[in-house]
Amino acid sequence: MKLSLGKYLLPTYVALTFAFLAIPIIYTFVFSFNDSIKSNIIWRGFTLDNWLDVCNQQEVCDAFGNSVIVAVSATVVATILGTMIAIALVRYRFRFRSATNLLLFLPLATPEVVMGAGLAAQFLDFGWQKGLPTVIIAHTMFTLSFVVVTVKARVATLDPALEEAGRDLYANAAQVFWRITFPLLLPGILAAAMLAFALSFDDFIITQFNSGAVDTFPKFVYTAAARGIPAEANVIGSFVFLVAIAIVLVVQIRSSRKQKKLITK
Amino acid sequence: MAFVALGPQAPVASQKPTKTGRVALYLLLPGLFYLGLFFLTPLFSLILTSLKAPSATGVIGRYDVALEIGNYGYALGQYAPQIFRSFSFALIATVIALAVSYPIAYFIGVTARNRPLLKGMLLTLVIAPFFISMLLRTFAWKQIFSNDSWLLNTLKDVGLMGADSYIIGTDFAVIFGLVYNFIPFMTLPIYASLDRLDLRLVEAGQDLYANSVTTFRKITFPLSLPGVISGTLLTFIPISGDYVVASRDFLGSTDTAMIGNVVEANFLRIQDYPTASALSVLLMAAIVILVSAYVRRSGTEDLL
Amino acid sequence: MSADFVAGGQDLELESIRKEFPGFVAVDDLDLKIPAGEFFALLGPSGCGKTTTLRMIAGLETPSAGRILIGGNDVTDQKPHQRPVNTVFQNYALFPHMSVEENVAFGLKQRKVDNPQQRAQAALEMVELQHLAARRPQQLSGGQQQRVALARALVNRPALLLLDEPLGALDLKLRRQMQIELKAIQMEVGLTFLHVTHDQEEAMDMADTVAVMNHGHIEQMGAPEALYDRPKTAFVARFLGQSNIFVGEVAEADDAKLAINFKGNRLAAPAARVQKTKGKVAIGVRPEKTSFHPEKPASDPAVNILGRGTITDIRFTGVSNQYQIEIPEVGEITVFAQNVGKSPVVELGAEVWVSWKVEHSFGLADLPTGEEEVAE
Repeated sequence: MKLSLGKYLLPTYVALTFAFLAIPIIYTFVFSFNDSIKSNIIWRGFTLDNWLDVCNQQEVCDAFGNSVIVAVSATVVATILGTMIAIALVRYRFRFRSATNLLLFLPLATPEVVMGAGLAAQFLDFGWQKGLPTVIIAHTMFTLSFVVVTVKARVATLDPALEEAGRDLYANAAQVFWRITFPLLLPGILAAAMLAFALSFDDFIITQFNSGAVDTFPKFVYTAAARGIPAEANVIGSFVFLVAIAIVLVVQIRSSRKQKKLITK
Repeated sequence: MAFVALGPQAPVASQKPTKTGRVALYLLLPGLFYLGLFFLTPLFSLILTSLKAPSATGVIGRYDVALEIGNYGYALGQYAPQIFRSFSFALIATVIALAVSYPIAYFIGVTARNRPLLKGMLLTLVIAPFFISMLLRTFAWKQIFSNDSWLLNTLKDVGLMGADSYIIGTDFAVIFGLVYNFIPFMTLPIYASLDRLDLRLVEAGQDLYANSVTTFRKITFPLSLPGVISGTLLTFIPISGDYVVASRDFLGSTDTAMIGNVVEANFLRIQDYPTASALSVLLMAAIVILVSAYVRRSGTEDLL
Repeated sequence: MSADFVAGGQDLELESIRKEFPGFVAVDDLDLKIPAGEFFALLGPSGCGKTTTLRMIAGLETPSAGRILIGGNDVTDQKPHQRPVNTVFQNYALFPHMSVEENVAFGLKQRKVDNPQQRAQAALEMVELQHLAARRPQQLSGGQQQRVALARALVNRPALLLLDEPLGALDLKLRRQMQIELKAIQMEVGLTFLHVTHDQEEAMDMADTVAVMNHGHIEQMGAPEALYDRPKTAFVARFLGQSNIFVGEVAEADDAKLAINFKGNRLAAPAARVQKTKGKVAIGVRPEKTSFHPEKPASDPAVNILGRGTITDIRFTGVSNQYQIEIPEVGEITVFAQNVGKSPVVELGAEVWVSWKVEHSFGLADLPTGEEEVAE
């Protein structure tokens, strides 16, 4: 197919836009090496100190640790609950189906500030002290629907005949699930878990409303922004970025190899 | 993508409805109970709080259950500019993000269709900003646009900007930051729609005397509409409630405050829970009305 | 309504058309001329370049070299929407977001033809689908979709209609029915049809002229009967039906006939049905022209005889029986016998002689690839 638009104009535009998207990432990365004193605004020279001694700024490290605890806990709970719902939605007939779908859809269509304030108002009413547990509760809540959507897409591609074949070959319900359904769903479940982790780790608004005195990494950055964000925050941001990109690239290259095989066939 | 995936779907018939019916209940109940307790009832708490009156004890931050509908009047009267600004910013940023993102989505989903490695790399580049804290990225823009930055000094030197002009704290800076942050949210669902687009339909259009502009207008774009709708919703809704970009500490100023900034200030700083809750309820109601009107309009009527 | 469609087709000419893709040549200097109003079939296995040829005519692929002329006008550099050509696509490519009528009217609206709705209705009447005009394509059955695709192309009265395996997705019974309808419509509207298919029965059934394509070039072209009766190459002999092929040195060649020495047997063919008269020559015969006998037939210069062999397989396919006969030193020969109730009483393992009339033999221009012996 020949499109005059697609010849040079479009690739150039795409390249420029990607460059634009990369600017703040590169900026953050570069300034993680800045030999800064307190605020990290002016370039003062290159140093590796920020990377070698991240926990020099104790609060950054604590906040990062809290973020990991919250993201891991919320991911585990949301992935289990969400996978169960996804399987039920695709495989079973039940009443109140549209009500269920609506309940799952609403969190995706609600601004974070509304969810954050609502949950905070409820914790006030209940008299619950805000802290790490309330953050975990909040994150599990808002990542749950994303897990359902992601896993559901995978369940829908799963041929029910495979499960029937398993049953035909003398496996009981539990064996069918663990030997057939679960392994086939695993890529979808892992993708959902990664998404939930990323969403939780980067969440700020809901966290701010429900964390009380506890800092997560984004919350630390927000609070620090008023007086200047320390270079150590850039180090942690860049580190997380590099790890995530590495994971994604490995997955992409693997799947593109598979696809290429299919195409050249 | 989320919005597409949650649409109606043909249920797969199970073999033993009576037995499986109970299993479905066990599978659904924990998650739905969780959402009920920590998503639905908080919305009621929000409504309840929005109607509360200051405590008779006079202690700051304490409120009694009441039916103070006046809280809504107060919130609307006091914060009308911020409410208006939220939806204007969200609308403008969504339209710009759509214009910026569509060609990218087209390039990945159509032009690069048969080159899986290139496609994978481009998709990685689209989601790359997700992997670095949104706050750090926004703060980076603040520094790039700050008054003594290299960029602004250069712009002033070459005369593209007046000596006294600035960027941070303006509507432009806030909309710019919002567009930047939400380009991936717009690009991905449109890409997903275009990736599924059957190119033979485009060829059929050309075969039936439509030139490339017409085939785009009559075939490609209408068929990518589900992605466009999800993308605009995934962009418009979060932006209308965002308060990081418009915050004084990031790209905004007091002149750019949005609903989110007001809710944050009232709830977390001055502990005026009823006003903050009333504003949240108003925001939620507006979103529900706008979104259902939008989905209904684009779902049943042909936009072109 | 046929009055609406009387505008005649135009002829199509391909001059040394060539299409190279990275790593291979899909179409190799192809020359082709299709007269106006003809039903022309391009037949070949998948990957032979027939679909690429069709896409170049439609303008969906750009030729690497050569010219395409429609009605004498060079359209090589025209974009698809500028060409007086319409296509019925393999999977119909009906627009899912438009109704059946909107689909059919699409091309008319693009060309700003008057009364597009009315014309679309008339075209739908022709394919007997006017009652489904308001439906969406995905609500129709495969056969109905196929007819909508046909109406959508025909309504524009193109100089040339391209059909890209349009019946491939239908089941056998529906396919036969559509073949008859398609042929009837072509006769009615009198347009030039170029039909691309890998189904030899379909091509022979419908087309006035069939071109058999292989490896990017045309092996043989002609009326279906002529192609079947006098295949010129081993590929055509095998692709269009089945053939028994025997290779041997020429033993005798004169104005009347050519004979080869095949493992001590003399096999002859009429000179008029032979492509090559020197060196090694392949002689073939169709299985249904071949018969077998329990006794050795009397020697006759007008009959080719091979034997003695053994029946190794019998298949009942309904109208005919297929026999595999294994002759020592010679190989396997296929014989079809009409199932008319008086077929010879034979069973597996029976010893028989095979014969056919010399006038039914054909001599090929090439040799079967990789085979010196006997084929199917």
